[in-house]
Amino acid sequence: MHVMSLFVEASVTCKACGTEHNGKKIFSHHYVCPTCGAYLRVGAKKRIRLITDGTTFSELDKNLISRNILDFPGYDEKLDVAKKLTDMNEAVITGIAKIGGAPCCIFVMDASFMMASMGTVVGEKLTRLFEYATSHNLPVVGFTASGGARMQEGILSLMQMAKVSGAVKRHSDAGLLYITVLTDPTTGGVTASFAMEGDIILAEPKALVGFAGARVIEQTTGQKLPAGFQRAEFLLDHGFIDAIVERKDLKDTIASILQMHAPKRRKKVK
Amino acid sequence: MKAYEKVEASRRGTRPLGRAYIDAMLTDFIEFHGDRYFGDDGAIVAGIGKLNDIPVTVIAMERGNTIEDRLKRNFGCPSPEGYRKALRLAKQAEKFHRPVICLIGSSGAYCGIGAEERGQGEAIARNLMEFMTLKTPVISVVLGEGGSGGALALGVADTVMMLENAVYSVISPEGCASILWKDAKKAPEAAEALKLTAKDLLHFGVIETIIPENNRTFEEISATLKEELTKEIQEKMAMPIEKCLDNRYNRFRKIGA
Repeated sequence: MHVMSLFVEASVTCKACGTEHNGKKIFSHHYVCPTCGAYLRVGAKKRIRLITDGTTFSELDKNLISRNILDFPGYDEKLDVAKKLTDMNEAVITGIAKIGGAPCCIFVMDASFMMASMGTVVGEKLTRLFEYATSHNLPVVGFTASGGARMQEGILSLMQMAKVSGAVKRHSDAGLLYITVLTDPTTGGVTASFAMEGDIILAEPKALVGFAGARVIEQTTGQKLPAGFQRAEFLLDHGFIDAIVERKDLKDTIASILQMHAPKRRKKVK
Repeated sequence: MKAYEKVEASRRGTRPLGRAYIDAMLTDFIEFHGDRYFGDDGAIVAGIGKLNDIPVTVIAMERGNTIEDRLKRNFGCPSPEGYRKALRLAKQAEKFHRPVICLIGSSGAYCGIGAEERGQGEAIARNLMEFMTLKTPVISVVLGEGGSGGALALGVADTVMMLENAVYSVISPEGCASILWKDAKKAPEAAEALKLTAKDLLHFGVIETIIPENNRTFEEISATLKEELTKEIQEKMAMPIEKCLDNRYNRFRKIGA
């Protein structure tokens, strides 16, 4: 197991209003722009620091690294660039931690690594995490973000949807809690698998969440998409998520849910 | 045949899909409709029938043959209510200890506003979870184009078979080429790179059996498939269900481990 290092930029520019903010200041604002209120994307390591207690996070399977199994043109180069850019080995970080004192397994996907597409390593890390959580009687808290399956891994990436779903089902059948937090953007095969499989599904305000891409829908149907289509508020209106939670309240909300599902309160249904 | 020629063959308008195989392989088929929540999706034809005298539940994707029929069936692209109908009938099969046969052949789950409003992602995700622990044997067959998550929603099974010229892919070659190379015309190259043919998938352990197609009539192909399905179902029915479910879990667990 490994403990992560955290790098905070000297300054961050808000993509919505263009204001430049001091890196430490915007970190303390949870990457919500103090000027305009826009939600900036949070990298996985920063998210873990913002959500978990102190130094309780301990990473699992850090050294699982993707290989170009299909010998897909250009994939090796893309992986190299992503690793250098993000200082991560893959698009998801998994581990164990405490949130508000409650022990849990946690995964956080990072859209800056190849749009957090799901290949075999992402699938394997998540499957191992759910299996670990099942054997240790722990809840899972997952932050999703993804452009979908990783096409450079072809059918093997598609099969990860089933593989992870199987592990989620076993965890669920063991009576354990799984909370998903849908963050911007969660789409494609991740939406059509573990993102939508939580017992409790939370989302950040205005996060884009959907199965098919908006452009694909427009091209397929020739219809104009309604305002706010596939945003968290749209999913809430249509009954597909439990609640939208502001980023500043996420940690307390998750901690509170975890406490209400503490093991001693659980009785097995015969 | 090159990979892209198989893609074209799998999509051909005259290629027999779900309903044709149901008629060729099953006797006493009775179609059951509806998801009990919203509607009945014509892109999924499902019901019960007998396979060599074994009662089975069959869930099939169907695109239709005439223009009217195709419009009614949304050209074979299932909506959330289609996947929910599939799950309802799979659960019914579980209750009555009937094996389930899933017949796959569709360009993918429908990409439309209504499908998103009614939770296409949720419907597929739920099927992936629930089929994984469905306490009755499930056998899936890719008959035509196995289009991504929309195909996988009927693809969590104990055994997956594939017709020789069917394809099964995470994304269409056109979609892949236009995203990666900004040029949908490079679909043939993408088809090669995606490794989407039955032979490739057998190599990767994603399928177990290839049903030969070339130089054979539909009657011959469907007779072989009927024989293979009967054999598989008898074998799986003889197995304790716990073992069957462990095997099903491990079947997917080992892919990309």
